[in-house]
Amino acid sequence: MKESTETLSVVVERELPHPPEKIWRALTQPHLIQEWLMQSDFKPLVDHRFNFRADWGAVDCQVLAVEPNKMLSYTWAAYGLNSVVTWTLTSTGTGTHLRMEQSGFRPEQRQAYQGAKGGWQQFFAKLEQVLARTV
Amino acid sequence: MPHAHDVLFKTLADPTRRAIFERLCRQGEQTVGALTARSGVSQPAVSKHLGILKQAGLVRDRHEGRQTHYSAQLRALAPLVDWTRQMAGFWQGRFDHLEALLKRMDQ
Repeated sequence: MKESTETLSVVVERELPHPPEKIWRALTQPHLIQEWLMQSDFKPLVDHRFNFRADWGAVDCQVLAVEPNKMLSYTWAAYGLNSVVTWTLTSTGTGTHLRMEQSGFRPEQRQAYQGAKGGWQQFFAKLEQVLARTV
Repeated sequence: MPHAHDVLFKTLADPTRRAIFERLCRQGEQTVGALTARSGVSQPAVSKHLGILKQAGLVRDRHEGRQTHYSAQLRALAPLVDWTRQMAGFWQGRFDHLEALLKRMDQ
């Protein structure tokens, strides 16, 4: 939690010595997805609803965007927190730069809290200040 | 990933309840009366919100005479503050598994 606009955002990036097409298969084919992430009934179709299942519970998801070998985005709802996971694949000379960003609470979801005087991000910003003073 | 997130996010998702909690964080201990005066909702409604906050461990009550004083329990927020750190750890681990899988796919 650095600043209010960055709140609840996780980015993990890695250079992989493999072509985007191969990584895309690992990101989109259920029998491969379960080898590194979780069991799922994923399909690379916009609006497709699916879930990831693990021994600790399930994650409810819906596909938001599919751009083969380049970008994949889906919602990720678990433990009462709605977030969006976006994968970006960028071809490099020797392989692929793979980037995963998970952001909590998209703007339209924040607006769904009708009558909110301050949204979540403001809340977290204030919380950050309070914690900085007291912890 | 503990289930504590679930309770915390649900409890704080209500804007009125979140505002009450924020006030306790900023201004320290308050009575129900003082909280009601500035909340724009009735005292029973404030009491109900305080009860839910208390169940989630976010506030503590202290009785003094006929008054009940409420204070914020910032430690209860720890799982929420840790969310990004936990998810980063989760994804780093998954990236490791993904790399291992990509190597296996070569064979």
